[in-house]
Amino acid sequence: MMAKPAHAGRLRRAPENFLTREQIVDVQSGRRDFLRKAFVAAGASLSVQAWAQGSAQPKGDPAILELPAHSHTLGLPVAERGYGLPSQYERNLARRESPGLTRVSAASVSFAPLQGLFGIITPNGLHFERHHQGWHDIDPATHRLMVMGMVKNPKVYTMDDLMRLPSVSRMHFIECGANTGMEWGNVAVPTVQYTHGMLSCSEFTGVPLKVLLDDCGFDRKRARFVLAEGADGASLARTIPMDRALDDVMVAWGMNGEMLRPENGYPLRLVVPGVQGVSWVKWLRRIEVGDQPFATREEVLHYVDLMPDGVARQYTWTQECKSVITTPSGGQTLLDRGQYNVTGLAWSGRGKVRRVDVSFDGGRNWRTARLQGPVLGKCLTRFNIDWTWNGGPAILQSRAIDETGYVQPQKRQLREVRGTRSIYHNNAIQSWQVDATGEVRNVHLG
Amino acid sequence: MSIWARLAAACLMLLAGAVAAQDRYPGIGRAATPAEIAAWDIDVRADFTGLPKGQGTVSQGQELWEKKCASCHGYFGESNEVFPPIIGGTTADDVKRGRVRSLIESSDQRTTLMKLSHLSTLWDYIRRAMPWNEPKSLTVDEVYAVTAYILNMGDLLPGDFTLNDQNIREVQKRLPNRDGLRPFPGLSDVRGKPDVRNTPCMKDCVKGELKIVSSYPENAKDTHGNLADQNRLVGPVRGVVTVAGAAKAGEVSASVGAALVRKNGCQLCHGITSRVVGPSFREIAQRYAGDVGAGARLVTKVKTGGSGNWGNVAMPPQSSIADGDIQSMMLWLLNGAR
Repeated sequence: MMAKPAHAGRLRRAPENFLTREQIVDVQSGRRDFLRKAFVAAGASLSVQAWAQGSAQPKGDPAILELPAHSHTLGLPVAERGYGLPSQYERNLARRESPGLTRVSAASVSFAPLQGLFGIITPNGLHFERHHQGWHDIDPATHRLMVMGMVKNPKVYTMDDLMRLPSVSRMHFIECGANTGMEWGNVAVPTVQYTHGMLSCSEFTGVPLKVLLDDCGFDRKRARFVLAEGADGASLARTIPMDRALDDVMVAWGMNGEMLRPENGYPLRLVVPGVQGVSWVKWLRRIEVGDQPFATREEVLHYVDLMPDGVARQYTWTQECKSVITTPSGGQTLLDRGQYNVTGLAWSGRGKVRRVDVSFDGGRNWRTARLQGPVLGKCLTRFNIDWTWNGGPAILQSRAIDETGYVQPQKRQLREVRGTRSIYHNNAIQSWQVDATGEVRNVHLG
Repeated sequence: MSIWARLAAACLMLLAGAVAAQDRYPGIGRAATPAEIAAWDIDVRADFTGLPKGQGTVSQGQELWEKKCASCHGYFGESNEVFPPIIGGTTADDVKRGRVRSLIESSDQRTTLMKLSHLSTLWDYIRRAMPWNEPKSLTVDEVYAVTAYILNMGDLLPGDFTLNDQNIREVQKRLPNRDGLRPFPGLSDVRGKPDVRNTPCMKDCVKGELKIVSSYPENAKDTHGNLADQNRLVGPVRGVVTVAGAAKAGEVSASVGAALVRKNGCQLCHGITSRVVGPSFREIAQRYAGDVGAGARLVTKVKTGGSGNWGNVAMPPQSSIADGDIQSMMLWLLNGAR
């Protein structure tokens, strides 16, 4: 156990946010008249800072004593925003590209800001993006899904057709096969947004693919695989083996209670639980039933895992058990010594997460974290554990175990088998180093 | 309608009724017509199932390449400016072996030809997704021609070769990395056995000192922008300030311009710092630095097309982009393209 903190309650540094970004811009561009107004507006929060740091103001917190405008003025009416937006104070949590990762933004990735998310559901506007030839906003009235190949009755479905079928809603994570791919050899990016942000989780609504395959009378004797193909320029296509296709694969239109976002495949996408994101074909237009895998570009030139002997593994679908601490994480600074709720995410493409252990000393000793319900199969699971930071250096790690008994590996163990050039399926334990100032840094241990 | 046609139609309706009566979900979906299936069934499998009849020569391919492909991929398929290179990294010995030696323990760039194990994959991808800004615009014969030219650039086909749906199987046997893929049931089968094992040790799991072998470098702190602006303003932590005085005047409108440059695909021809087909944005910014009327002139130029001011290749007119958007992009450009 850690010792009791010597200076609990001491504020190490005052967050310098009493001027809004707009005000700072105005001040820097020379609008002197604005300065005066800004300081009048900032007066209250200035004194909050002063009070919090313990200087004067013995009567109490001005945030309590001086009624703020929102407590003595009229607020905005209903339906002011037909589609609600996050608070203006939450703009920092946004999807971002990782500079230098790709050169063409229509064939790129934007990462979800895991460092600021709660629970297990990713807000639709923050779901990570990966497009192979840009995204479109497709008119659902003209979108069609064709099921053909080794079926008795090749059929065409409209969105009207599909949405009349018996639907299901299920929560699942989606993770790009290349998530954490930049970190095989060495530390390459600073924060959890860039190390692990090709990860999101939603409640998807749609019809099981099995319903459509049955409806078309697929060839039960010969059918072994299906090809899923998108309607975008790339017509991205991926092979799905029949045992998965008949198990939990869905043709989905709903995402967290609303329709899919265009960036996530509106109006129709495949949901392939536990399998890497590229198989979750967006803007789904065609399902072909066949007896062999299809060897598409994303199964021959990309999304193959290069091994040390120069041969690449093909059709590596499963996302193995993995976890990461999201708070505190790289690029963040702890406010002070004392109590922290260390929290993160765990998931497994093979089923449910059974347990998550957390280490604060670089993997020497471990404690088991609390799993927050619901704990669902092939879905993100949130874990939490209390930690008292005594001001000393620490290295935080999390290690997930899934219901098959598989234990998330260390980086070293993964590299011993797979080398460092495989790009895909890096599910190693992540280390965050906390230094004496409270700053958290991405590190790899030997 | 003749009596026969009417009779046939009536029979069809009866038949349809009979099928519908057996349907579990009556009224949902309809039969796909042969023409509809042909229009969308474009995939070509590794055994060349799905490959349409056709042919194309290396020289036809070269002509197409220079017109439609070279601006992104380079005249010899070697360019690394827009996309990773297509040609390079393979040897005659690899062709004999069927495995590419430079894929073993080399950290160099992997080219398409180094990785390609199925010719069907290349053919299929060119047909479905190329050229980048006009996917599915090539005819079947053109796809054969471009495929032939790529293989010619990779020293796999002679210059007088005609690739067709018959000899493509023989050409497959020349691919340098044709034996470069293997299945791995551990990550493909639902119940696949994992290849990496860890144990859930709880106490004294590390013998000796902890060794940090890699750490995010201090001098690269600002590569991903100001991390303070990427974290919430309240809570147990703050983002580290990695860029001093991050918010600058004009930042807002300039970033709008940068986003529009990305959205409109300008970087297919213009790099930020390097030439692709046209000049880099920084070069343009430098040339017009201090030129008060440059903004308005450049807006017109983008709209109506350039005249080859920077070399032989003229810029095509961008008439579909709104004036306001062009202005925002020029503001970003003339502010230094940062």
